[in-house]
Amino acid sequence: MCRLLFAAWLGILAGCASTGDRDPRDPWEPLNRGIYKFNDKVDTAVARPVATAYQKVVPSEIRERVRNFFGNLADPLIGVNNFMQGKFEDGVSDWARFAFNTTIGLFGLHDVATDMGYEKHNEDFGQTFGRWGAPTGPYLILPFLGSSDVRDGVGTGIDVYADPLGEVRPYHLQYGLWSVRFTQLRADLLDASRILEEAALDKYVFQRDAYLQRRRSLVYDGRPPREKEPEDDSDKDQKAR
Amino acid sequence: MTATRIRRLASAALAAAVLATVPLAHAQEVPPDQLVKGVTLEVVDLIAKDKEIKAGNRAKLVQLIDAKVLPHFNFSAMTALAMGQGWNKANAEQKKRLTEEFRTLLVRTYASALAAYSEQKLDFRPLRARPSDTDVTVQVRVLQSGAQPVPIDYSMEKTAAGWKVYDVMVGGVSLVANYRTEFNNVVRESGIDGLIKNLTAKNRSLEGAGLEKK
Repeated sequence: MCRLLFAAWLGILAGCASTGDRDPRDPWEPLNRGIYKFNDKVDTAVARPVATAYQKVVPSEIRERVRNFFGNLADPLIGVNNFMQGKFEDGVSDWARFAFNTTIGLFGLHDVATDMGYEKHNEDFGQTFGRWGAPTGPYLILPFLGSSDVRDGVGTGIDVYADPLGEVRPYHLQYGLWSVRFTQLRADLLDASRILEEAALDKYVFQRDAYLQRRRSLVYDGRPPREKEPEDDSDKDQKAR
Repeated sequence: MTATRIRRLASAALAAAVLATVPLAHAQEVPPDQLVKGVTLEVVDLIAKDKEIKAGNRAKLVQLIDAKVLPHFNFSAMTALAMGQGWNKANAEQKKRLTEEFRTLLVRTYASALAAYSEQKLDFRPLRARPSDTDVTVQVRVLQSGAQPVPIDYSMEKTAAGWKVYDVMVGGVSLVANYRTEFNNVVRESGIDGLIKNLTAKNRSLEGAGLEKK
């Protein structure tokens, strides 16, 4: 069933892949806008209300524990990704974080490692592929999950497959944990999404550009090389005005 | 208690120093990283103490940002950068209107962002630049338990009136660059005046919404 849906979806993608006068980074814009609208509806109807309620009802102290707990579970894989990118020091630090937080930090509820000087990193398979030189491919909105691109979409697939939560049995416990984790994630993004709403003339475009900029920055760990801007070579004298 | 008082005194002194440098640009200038730190701490402190702002009074928050933060931004540079090639097609009057409207929009965005982050711990990074540099990046990081710190980078340039911010990058996303596609799209479809109209309408709708609690 899933496979069938996926095949159908790829078919639609291929059908859409061919019309001019669009942002070259986003050739599938009509389809993406469709999924975006769908996601927005789901978000308005379910995710945002649940996250808002969660933020209201659960004290920030507890929410911090929840964030720490899931953050800790993610650290070993973040370390693996750092190793794959050749950043051995960072990888060792991620594993040290996991070791300290799981033990002294009581199953990751307390982020003691940060206080010890082991800073939390942000890595995933999409970033690793990017580091290896894989191009992003076209921008892509995933159903439910939101902004992505072809490279990061494949990366996200592996991230989810490799996620330790997938090992949890019985299944209802596993699904419960995923729900809490997504609620937590969405709650942390409530401010950001409100700011997006206020700042953007066209939310879709604003979010897309922010996503692409953000991922590029993450691939280069916050220090991306300066981008060439073919359309606009007069930045300097404009600035002087 | 004393710590806050000292900090407040320091910020006041810093603000005075900033004001003092404006007329005589060659006198002792506040280094850009000190400027960012001083202004940020002052504003965060003011937000923390203000019951009305904490209760969701957006108008007052915007007013505060307007008075304390905005003098340190170079809005015509920001608008020019966000417009890209469209900027050169605009006449003087249009440039003025664009800058005004973009400024209003950015103030609101900035106010929301600051309100969202005002309770987090901030880490002001030491400036990595030569004393002769006239274009620097000042780095601040927002620390959050269980998550990677969010970097906020201020691109600043030295002008006759002191250091001015011309772009803010949050988590690697340049605010100015992020508006470029949007602005270009609107300009392509409905011209410079269309963009002015669009921005004005956006700001109007936010003014209405700003009254409710966040």
